[in-house]
Amino acid sequence: MTNSELKDKLENIVSGINFTSEEGDFLSLEIPKEMLKNFLVKVHEHDELAFDYLFSVTGIDLGEELAVIYHLESTKYRHMIQVTVKAEGRDNPEIDSIHDIFPAAYYNEMEAHELLGIKFKGHPDLKHLFLPEDWDKGYPLRKDFEDINMLIRK
Amino acid sequence: MEEFLTDQLKTQEYFLNMGPQHPATHGVLRLLLKLDGEIIRNVDMDLGYIHRSIEKMCEYDSYKQIVHLTDRLDYLSAHMNNEAVCLLVEKANNIEVNDRIKVIRTMMDELTRISSHVLWWGVMGMDIGALTTFMYGFRERELINDIFEETCGARLTMNYNVIGGVRYDLHENFAKRVKEFIKHFKKKLPEYDKLLSNNVIFRKRLEGVGYISKEDAIAYGLNGPTARGSGLSCDIRKIHPYSAYDRVEFQEILFSEGDSYARYKVRIKEMWESLSILEQLVDKIPEGEHRVKTKAVIKLPAGDFLQRVETARGDFGVYIKSDGQKSPYRLKFRSPGFANMMAINKMSKGFKIADLVAILSTIDIVVPDIDR
Repeated sequence: MTNSELKDKLENIVSGINFTSEEGDFLSLEIPKEMLKNFLVKVHEHDELAFDYLFSVTGIDLGEELAVIYHLESTKYRHMIQVTVKAEGRDNPEIDSIHDIFPAAYYNEMEAHELLGIKFKGHPDLKHLFLPEDWDKGYPLRKDFEDINMLIRK
Repeated sequence: MEEFLTDQLKTQEYFLNMGPQHPATHGVLRLLLKLDGEIIRNVDMDLGYIHRSIEKMCEYDSYKQIVHLTDRLDYLSAHMNNEAVCLLVEKANNIEVNDRIKVIRTMMDELTRISSHVLWWGVMGMDIGALTTFMYGFRERELINDIFEETCGARLTMNYNVIGGVRYDLHENFAKRVKEFIKHFKKKLPEYDKLLSNNVIFRKRLEGVGYISKEDAIAYGLNGPTARGSGLSCDIRKIHPYSAYDRVEFQEILFSEGDSYARYKVRIKEMWESLSILEQLVDKIPEGEHRVKTKAVIKLPAGDFLQRVETARGDFGVYIKSDGQKSPYRLKFRSPGFANMMAINKMSKGFKIADLVAILSTIDIVVPDIDR
């Protein structure tokens, strides 16, 4: 399915999607965080979309707010979408955990939590995964993170 | 008596640390096991003993530098990791590389794949208790490393791919050496089967152990030979062909059993397929430049870019969000090793500690690839 066909399909199924780019290998779209779980369940179970493979979960610092980017693929049709979900604000960013829909998200969400400070509502165990247990120097992948001992240059 | 055993003897669940210093975890991986006697009830992992935050380092580096950082992820697939970044930058900047570069890259990919699989085979045997295989594996791997050394100047992390081509032209002995290797390895691969694949003890340790169904493989995001052992078709060389993979014929190896032995068979058969790819290309290396000219400072246009390649461990993805500068705004390595570790709990529940060692071995973990 081409990107524009995918776009038409998605528009029919869920409303309120903000499509950001149709060029490239995948369709990029953005949805409000309240819609996330509902959207994923729908595209996962839909026969012609069948987005059943969570390729990656990327936490990102967009400056004023933090966001999570999901890359979803269909193992049947091999089409791909990029879903961006913004967690409003930097102080207490919170997004629904999707590990019950895609078990693959479990450790990826732990990673995004500890490196960017995004909380995943519904995740049972948001402990440190990569960083030491007593780490308290902040969130390394945020743009305002500074640590002269850890980063060689800026 | 039996009644007494079931009623009176109670077992107690307890925790046990496996690693970070454990020979079967292939490096510094720490697994927290919840055990009932010797039976595994739950596996949790604690990573980061070799975490270097390469993704953060890349935010400060130029694209030419990033290529060489990827060596340090999965060092056994160093060449393919380099290629992923090169292909991404070339795709984003519309840099066309000629056929010679494509063929050289593909041949190096397949040599790397064999070298990685041979090492895996040796270590796999050793994990189960067959020490001989390690020596056999290293013997053949040495021949490939010699080929690499002659052309690239290095044996493991070759840094051979650069944006716009490869660093040096092929050594004049390259084709001859590859042909010699193919001839030699075709005799040795059946020996591997005789030595290990059909060994009764070995098969009993693997068959039926660490089962994962195709549905679970999809849900947990498995990839590479691990997923193909469960019958999930996921070879990026077939799905999204890159370099010269669209001009060679090869089979995607699939087994539907989903146990450790299926994953073992996938890798053994993949070595045969890699040999066949090498055979198809070795006499048809096109003439041309080994490197096309690129700008001194490479910038990516603003936007989202994703490039996937099939490494020896699976589907390696590089995702870059660019804001048009000379370093990426955010770079994400989707590592096949980390993705495969998601299912470790699912695979090993109900089996014994010794089986966990076999399972870890058949998903072929490389810890720097998991930790990044």
